[in-house]
Amino acid sequence: MMLDAKIPSGPLAEKWTKHKFNSKLVNPANKRKYDVIVVGTGLAGASAAASLAELGYNVKAFCFQDSPRRAHSIAAQGGINAAKNYQNDGDSIFRLFYDTIKGGDYRAREANVYRLAEVSVNIIDQCVAQGVPFAREYGGLLANRSFGGAQVSRTFYARGQTGQQLLLGAYSALSRQVANGKVKLYPRTEMLDVVKVDGKARGIITRNLITGAIESHSAHAVLLCTGGYGNVFFLSTNAMGSNVTAAWRAHRKGAYMANPCYTQIHPTCIPVSGDHQSKLTLMSESLRNDGRVWVPATVEIAEKLRKGEISPNDIKEEDRDYYLERKYPSFGNLVPRDVASRNAKYVCDEGRGVNETGEAVFLDFRDAILRDGEDTIRAKYGNLFDMYQQITGDNPYKLPMMIYPAVHYTMGGLWVDYNLMTTIPGLYALGEANFSDHGANRLGASALMQGLADGYFVIPYTIGDYLASTPYDKVPTDHEAFKTAEKEVTDRLNKLLSIKGSKTVDYFHKKLGKIMWDYCGMARTEEGLKKAKKMIQELRADFWKDVKVIGTNEELNQSLEKANRVADFLELGELMIDDALNRNESCGGHFREEYQTPEGEALRDDENFAYVAAWEYTGDNAPEILHKEPLVFENVKLTQRSYK
Amino acid sequence: MDPLKTIKSEAVSADMSFLEMLDVLNEELSEKGEDPVHFDHDCREGICGMCSLHINGKPHGPQQTTTCQLHMRSFKDGDTITIEPWRAKAFPVMKDLVVDRSAFDRIIQAGGYVSVNTGGVPDANEIPIPKKIADEAFDAATCIGCGACVAACKNASAMLFTSAKISQLALLPQGQVERKERAEKMIAQMDAEGFGACTNTGACSAECPKGISLTNIARMNREYFSAVVSSNNV
Amino acid sequence: MVANPLICTLRLMANNPLIRVVSILNFVFIAAHVVYSAILTKQNKSARPVGYAVANGASNSPWASRNMGLLGTILLLFILVHLRGFWYEVKFGEMPMVTYEESGTIKDVYTIVAASYENVGYALFYVVCMGFLAFHLSHGFSSAFQTLGLNHVKYSPVIKKVGYAITILIPTLFAAIPVVMYIQSLS
Repeated sequence: MMLDAKIPSGPLAEKWTKHKFNSKLVNPANKRKYDVIVVGTGLAGASAAASLAELGYNVKAFCFQDSPRRAHSIAAQGGINAAKNYQNDGDSIFRLFYDTIKGGDYRAREANVYRLAEVSVNIIDQCVAQGVPFAREYGGLLANRSFGGAQVSRTFYARGQTGQQLLLGAYSALSRQVANGKVKLYPRTEMLDVVKVDGKARGIITRNLITGAIESHSAHAVLLCTGGYGNVFFLSTNAMGSNVTAAWRAHRKGAYMANPCYTQIHPTCIPVSGDHQSKLTLMSESLRNDGRVWVPATVEIAEKLRKGEISPNDIKEEDRDYYLERKYPSFGNLVPRDVASRNAKYVCDEGRGVNETGEAVFLDFRDAILRDGEDTIRAKYGNLFDMYQQITGDNPYKLPMMIYPAVHYTMGGLWVDYNLMTTIPGLYALGEANFSDHGANRLGASALMQGLADGYFVIPYTIGDYLASTPYDKVPTDHEAFKTAEKEVTDRLNKLLSIKGSKTVDYFHKKLGKIMWDYCGMARTEEGLKKAKKMIQELRADFWKDVKVIGTNEELNQSLEKANRVADFLELGELMIDDALNRNESCGGHFREEYQTPEGEALRDDENFAYVAAWEYTGDNAPEILHKEPLVFENVKLTQRSYK
Repeated sequence: MDPLKTIKSEAVSADMSFLEMLDVLNEELSEKGEDPVHFDHDCREGICGMCSLHINGKPHGPQQTTTCQLHMRSFKDGDTITIEPWRAKAFPVMKDLVVDRSAFDRIIQAGGYVSVNTGGVPDANEIPIPKKIADEAFDAATCIGCGACVAACKNASAMLFTSAKISQLALLPQGQVERKERAEKMIAQMDAEGFGACTNTGACSAECPKGISLTNIARMNREYFSAVVSSNNV
Repeated sequence: MVANPLICTLRLMANNPLIRVVSILNFVFIAAHVVYSAILTKQNKSARPVGYAVANGASNSPWASRNMGLLGTILLLFILVHLRGFWYEVKFGEMPMVTYEESGTIKDVYTIVAASYENVGYALFYVVCMGFLAFHLSHGFSSAFQTLGLNHVKYSPVIKKVGYAITILIPTLFAAIPVVMYIQSLS
């Protein structure tokens, strides 16, 4: 199948306007004849469900949590970008577009990114109208802060809880439609398969997480707003429940998976403290404005430190290596996320890590406290310092903080065209679940922007174009296709329950995570990836022979839920490795050690790899087929990043 | 009352979070082929509001955080820790420590929103909002809907939760249009769910992981009285 | 036959129609407060049909605030005893009479009050009950404002202080009557 991104012709700035005009419309009276399923209720899902219901479509919204308000969008801290230019500092739609394309290391579609920048301004208006309490200046107007990868202040924020406030805004709009009877809500319900009729997505199969009931839901279109797959690494900043199952089931049914190897590693997370660790906690990137990153200059000192023989404060100035300041004199501690992360890994690989596990570096505020006083630092970062102390038990005013990179966001996802439709007609992917806007690296404060753009302002237009040419008839849930899919789902759950092996689900998940982190994490090599591919295949085979799932299907069974998700991660992991092996270049969140500049920076190969890698599923344990969507850059010039 | 079950675990370290302790416990149970203890949790960053647990007689345990942010160093070696689910008529227990908090969703559905459709809204800077008011609205808006207020209240009252949303929208200019109706409808729903009334003990606010203030309850009462007296709803 | 200023005041109070209205309203409000509280308490109890095995209320709220129902019940008993002891006697009992120059022959309430407080147990009962009243007020006064929505950064601290003052003053003064009269009875 040839990939057609359906990008409208014409000048960049007119594409979206033109496309909206050329899209078919559904008459207001006819909208109520269409049913739309929205899976996931994060920023993308809640905003899409609410907006489509407002238009008149009948919406069914699903989430695995106990309430739509729990979706992991809620944990986003920093803010949301928008090209409002309220600060009069030279921002514009084009500049936001340009920064996003460049920040993504030129691996995103121009047309999509431009549209994102274009609708970003509407998002802020919408949220304020909903009563989202953004930060304000004393004059009563909205405040902005600056964020990595941009030279203008365009980030709107609500203290360190922007994601929460935006999600609660979208949740309130969703709740209003539930009250209006236009949205039917299905909490604690997990989607386990897509149902296709005549090649088109016509419904989903779900499992009620309380009763275990397997149910069919029919609709005219299905929207997957199910987030990213960072939990393939076991340890990440994602929520415990975040998973790839919905997207992966769609992939198995024919939706292509694009650029799965693009993973964003966030440099400032609290390090792993032991084997019991279940998740990693992000510390705001803003800490790097005042904290200095260092490790001991020699392995010997680091070893003494790890054994607890000396305290970090005992280490003399000349024995400290402020490696970011040393290697990148102009950007210093403020180099982009990927550079900061990779360098932390290098110094720890050299044996200079500073905690018991050897996987941590210092982020030191000693000099900032000497310079500005403890009160100033407390006013700026007090809540972060408290959070750090709560988790680690160390006082960061007295001892340097310890940080280490952690998996944070996945730029890859289901391949979608300009309309956000996957390669299955009638199946859409929105937000982090799709691949479209961030290229190989996402800029800070852009995830919230994309989720809401897709849900509020893109899908309401593009879905109409599809539905306008779809007949009203509903597919009954006793249709052959639903029955078959239900049986497949039930068989798989029964299989998991019947193995009754000797190893727990977490055993496999942790093993998989370790393989992914070691070989497909911050730095990748051909040799390592090949080794990892084999390891994953073996682990997957072992999983299906020896996993132990307690209990039955007909009850609230968290170990069955987990097993079902981990089974999909075990397949996704291999595809990520394939994708990383295929991409013989380094770009953004994908760093292949073989491809770097003499200074150790990511070396892109625009001639051979300026394309989207979209993978087609061909069957269990069969190699996937690569489809390439060439990326055409007409409005920006491709350059090499440098932060020296 | 369902009987308390005592489970012993050896592999607990001080650096573990409380939920990681339960993970370890569940791993041990699973290895033995026993049913793990079911509990709700998701973000483990203290923001999603999914984790609950009444620990040693207090919602979210001894500190004013969410359970996921509680660490085992808050307990002593050899301690027996009593864990119970949230207990309230409006929060039925589904299994082990998992409760159904959809009553909160229904309270929001009754009116916890500004009725604006997507698109067609004024520019974000059209209505200036004094910083103080915006900050106060934000303080109320930080509620994570975990239900600790209900769990802590001797009357299992949901007044703090409900008042936080009513307050947020009553403070902001965007919320003025539906102000009276919102207060009436949300409170009616809150009562219909079977939550108790407020007797101002202050336990809710003292246990709230986000420190939502009692001022919000007073404001809600004010909103309610003025709505009942002056609204056109018969 | 002395023109005792206290007696004059009491006589003024007994005959003042305003005082009568206030005392009737007071009775009505107390009755309404009792009935409404009982209904609310029942509702509040039913909001948690299954209680906690372990509950550490002391860590998050004052004792009085959690036990207003108990305190209220004790105070209701106190009021009943008080009414039976004095009000009922005055209205329906056989009262000693006393004759004053100003008002002629009237029921001698003072004598039966003085007689009652000669009993140390009776006096003590009054003092202890005033202690319960203090606890009841310590939460009740400011709580009433909160319930009515009268919470404000400027006024709430003042309300709190006034509340403390009332909490101490009213029960102390009431408790002083049996104490003083008991001591008087000793001499």
